[in-house]
Amino acid sequence: MLARRGLLGLSALLLVGAVTVIAGPRAGLLAALGIGFGLVLEGLRFGFAGPWRLMITERDARGLNAQLLAIGLTAAVGFPLMAAAPGEIMAAHAPVGLGVILGAFVFGAAMQVVMGCGSGTLVNAGSGNLVGLVTLFGFIAGSFLGTLHLGFWTALGTLPVISAQSLAGAQGGLWLTLAGLAALAALLAVRAAPGKRLPGGRLALAAVLIAALAALNLVIAGQPWGIVYGLGLWGAKIAQAGGADVAATAFWSNPVHAERLSQSVLTDVTSLTNIGLVFGAFLIMRGRARPDAPVAALALRGWAGIAIAGLVLGYSARIAFGCNVGAFFSGISTGSLHGWIWFAAAFLGSAAGLKLRPLVLVPATPARAAA
Amino acid sequence: MTAPRPSRLARPVVGLLALALVGGIIVWDLAQAGLPDPFHAPPPLALGSGTAPTGAHCAAN
Repeated sequence: MLARRGLLGLSALLLVGAVTVIAGPRAGLLAALGIGFGLVLEGLRFGFAGPWRLMITERDARGLNAQLLAIGLTAAVGFPLMAAAPGEIMAAHAPVGLGVILGAFVFGAAMQVVMGCGSGTLVNAGSGNLVGLVTLFGFIAGSFLGTLHLGFWTALGTLPVISAQSLAGAQGGLWLTLAGLAALAALLAVRAAPGKRLPGGRLALAAVLIAALAALNLVIAGQPWGIVYGLGLWGAKIAQAGGADVAATAFWSNPVHAERLSQSVLTDVTSLTNIGLVFGAFLIMRGRARPDAPVAALALRGWAGIAIAGLVLGYSARIAFGCNVGAFFSGISTGSLHGWIWFAAAFLGSAAGLKLRPLVLVPATPARAAA
Repeated sequence: MTAPRPSRLARPVVGLLALALVGGIIVWDLAQAGLPDPFHAPPPLALGSGTAPTGAHCAAN
């Protein structure tokens, strides 16, 4: 076991070294950061979709309050950093509109169907969950398709970008954000069942580590942690290789995105952390003495439903300006109002998605279960 | 009511398939887009670099 773990650690160093040699030291650091995210998320079982489900079904607020703790800690570091270096570090600010509300609601529903959000899908795939891997294929396609229709959804009506900083300044905005998080945590604690209000040691440790990694993401990349952009880029590159004139579309003709499309994915921040995240989750799974049991076998209809749910996840995250990471975690921790609206809509969507889950996850009949 | 049977694909196999997917995308993309130019690589840290971030983020329009 020790030898295997040593080999796994060596493989992580090799990956980071190779990325550094090929794409430079920042790329190597971002790959290492992604591995760190994967190690913490899978190793300490810190997720997003699961805790939301537990809050809805069992009035267990511990995981969700751990998420709010991580967001608050990230904000406490991120707000001063953004104020000190506004030209070097950007926030995840996006406008609130119909696309955000609808996209977040649908994302919340779909993530309960596949039991994995943006980061969760990558973690699940890397840790050997077949549902996560099938979801990932759909997610890549969906987040690319979402870029093609983003203009349509934003044209349906959006407010100007509103942030805590624009309402109360950098310092006031931080206090406003922390007060909002504390109020939400208190509300969840009041609604929770006794003994299920505050995160225990494991979740609190994970929250602190995730916040540290997210703050490092700001320092290294100059932008907050994200997931969906990288997956949409992968989909765009695949579509382009298939003959689609992706570069001519409104989204990908924007110079920012056109540059990413024309260059290696190893120059893209979110791609690098996504790659590391999958690898980090794999390391934890292989480093365990006994990997978890495989997921339940599904009927063909169930697998098709998972792929479609993945497509929906990617599409809805793109039109909502992010998933649980880019919009909820990074949006709120950098002061964007859209992160709060995203959370409210996605939480309602999650309640709906829990009812859909048994309809989509059709188990294999015993005779076909071995297939 | 019987418990659902597990998939025949064990977690290590599925995890390797996920790594193969990601690795395949990287290698294929490097073949298409070429290796990044090391002389134009950004500084290790954005903070203190004096350069603006790319703006390629989920919140981008």
